[in-house]
Amino acid sequence: MKKIILALATSAAVLGFAVAASAQDKTKICFIYVGSKTDGGYSEGHDRGRQELEKAMGDKIETAFLENVPEGPDAERAVERMARSGCALVFTTSFGFMDATIKVAQKFPDVKFEHATGFKSAENVGTYNARFYEGRYIQGVIAAKMSKKGVAGYIASFPIPEVVMGINAFMLGAQSVNPDFKVKIVWANTWADPGKEADAAKALADQGVDILTQHTDSTAPMQVAAERGIHAFGQASDMISAGPNTQLTAIVDTWGAYYIKRTQAVLDGTWKSEQIWDGLKDGILTMAPYTNMPDDVKKAAEDVEAKIRSGELHPFTGPVKKQDGSDWLAAGKVSDDGTLLGMNFYVAGVDDKLPQ
Amino acid sequence: MGMIEAILLTVITAATPLVLASIGELVTERTGVLNLGVEGMMVMGAAIAFAATQVTGSPYIGILAGIAGGALFSLLFGFLTLTLVANQVATGLALTILGLGVSGQIGEPYVGMSGAKLEPIAIPLLADIPFIGPLLFRQDIIFYLSIAIVIGVNWFLFKSRAGLKVRAIGDNHASAHALGIHVIRTRYLAVMFGGACAGLAGAQLSLVYTPQWVENMSAGRGWIALALVVFASWRPWRVLLGGYLFGAVSISQLHAQAFGLGIPSQFLSALPYAATVIVLILISHNRRMTLINTPASLGKPFVPDR
Repeated sequence: MKKIILALATSAAVLGFAVAASAQDKTKICFIYVGSKTDGGYSEGHDRGRQELEKAMGDKIETAFLENVPEGPDAERAVERMARSGCALVFTTSFGFMDATIKVAQKFPDVKFEHATGFKSAENVGTYNARFYEGRYIQGVIAAKMSKKGVAGYIASFPIPEVVMGINAFMLGAQSVNPDFKVKIVWANTWADPGKEADAAKALADQGVDILTQHTDSTAPMQVAAERGIHAFGQASDMISAGPNTQLTAIVDTWGAYYIKRTQAVLDGTWKSEQIWDGLKDGILTMAPYTNMPDDVKKAAEDVEAKIRSGELHPFTGPVKKQDGSDWLAAGKVSDDGTLLGMNFYVAGVDDKLPQ
Repeated sequence: MGMIEAILLTVITAATPLVLASIGELVTERTGVLNLGVEGMMVMGAAIAFAATQVTGSPYIGILAGIAGGALFSLLFGFLTLTLVANQVATGLALTILGLGVSGQIGEPYVGMSGAKLEPIAIPLLADIPFIGPLLFRQDIIFYLSIAIVIGVNWFLFKSRAGLKVRAIGDNHASAHALGIHVIRTRYLAVMFGGACAGLAGAQLSLVYTPQWVENMSAGRGWIALALVVFASWRPWRVLLGGYLFGAVSISQLHAQAFGLGIPSQFLSALPYAATVIVLILISHNRRMTLINTPASLGKPFVPDR
């Protein structure tokens, strides 16, 4: 009996030592993706960031990830699994993981969490997001200059503020060139279903749009655009390989620099919960090369990008009216971030009815 | 090309995988086996077909690989439920989960590649008929196959001797066995036919619908195909009708949105499901006919009593 107890105690000590040693050796940084890490879009963007982080930090950290985690009850289990497995910092990278992250964070006060694109935070939960609307504004400028028909097709996913904000920024950019520019919006009600995205792209092309933009994840719309000989914008990743003669530019998510910065803060012990909303100037998103367009359009796009980077131009600057004709922003006034993050209305000129 | 024609072309592409997966499952269920793994077999077919096409450069080899892949994968289900008499519902669900995972592994090297689109084959003379020609006779081989399979299955089930045996097994496997019909062997073949059709449906997804590989690209179409079989009350022609109806309403709702009709998009997204269910319920209102067509031994395990 004594022997057994001794053996147990020894093994417990060894185990305890092993855990402590590995914890000292390497800090574990974890990621949870809603899609697969090779979805060619949003989740792949986050995984690129994770790989950059690994490369930059070398032996000091190790990373782990869970992919294809559905937004819903499963998300909580996934976040908890990560928290239990000894992660120091967990990045939950999709909007729908918000409540799960907050809930699990309460149970694990020593683990730090960062939730992408959400608006709920806690002492150990920070939020981070990219000002994608800056890229959408540039796309709007390009679309209005490139479209012969003055109408673009927009494949949207779900009517959440992030997507509505993107549509509005796109239209404001387009209207800065052509005040009568029109957009046809199709809500796919999915983030990633290549077939449905392709169907939406075909429907829009059949109705005569000659520019496509998307807020869904797959390259299917780009392929349809290539087949129909019209132009399109890539989403989340550079989609040029799906449409070498089709893609005008793409909003490319480049989370790597941010992940490195926050991991360093954890290593230094200086991490605290923050609400980060970085833009083009911080490098959290970049524009893919401006291709398949005349030089003057390219120049205009680059100018707008430079102005946004320098802070000279904010896409949501008045005068802007709401869709119903009421005033929103007075001339020269810039929207506050709160309104943008909770955006539930269209700007004037959008012909769609916002699903509620 | 007129708008109607454009819409119908898109509908055909959207409906073909549903029809294919449904007609395969219909035959499986007619023998009394419920295989809920359609989604898994379909996505396996998509991954294998795309991979084979990339490796060999020939989409036709890709199609064959997709069919073979789906059939082989369904054998796993067959072995577990027919030989080991495992629960069909649980095994089918497991097959779907396994298929989604394994297909992700198979497809990983091919993510982000644009595949060559399967070229349409114009049927001489018929392809020149205005309107109908470009729609029905200037299509890819998988579309022609889907129609041929529906016609073939309908003939097989209701006009051939072997089809009669299949239906007998589905209705009462004990009696069929007593009559000397090979219940297990027939069921194996039917399960493999279902797997092959689902694999072909998957090949259509990754070679015609959207020539690329994306994880989970079947996106629930296998489940819709399963539901279509039930709502079609196990009748081949109704599977065709249901598949095309579902496709038509799905595409129309996208057009309605693009037109800006101002109907809530969530309502429009639900419309294909609602419309298909309502229509198929209406045509199946004759309860006696429905009962006659429902395989009575569906989902029940069969162990021959020597």
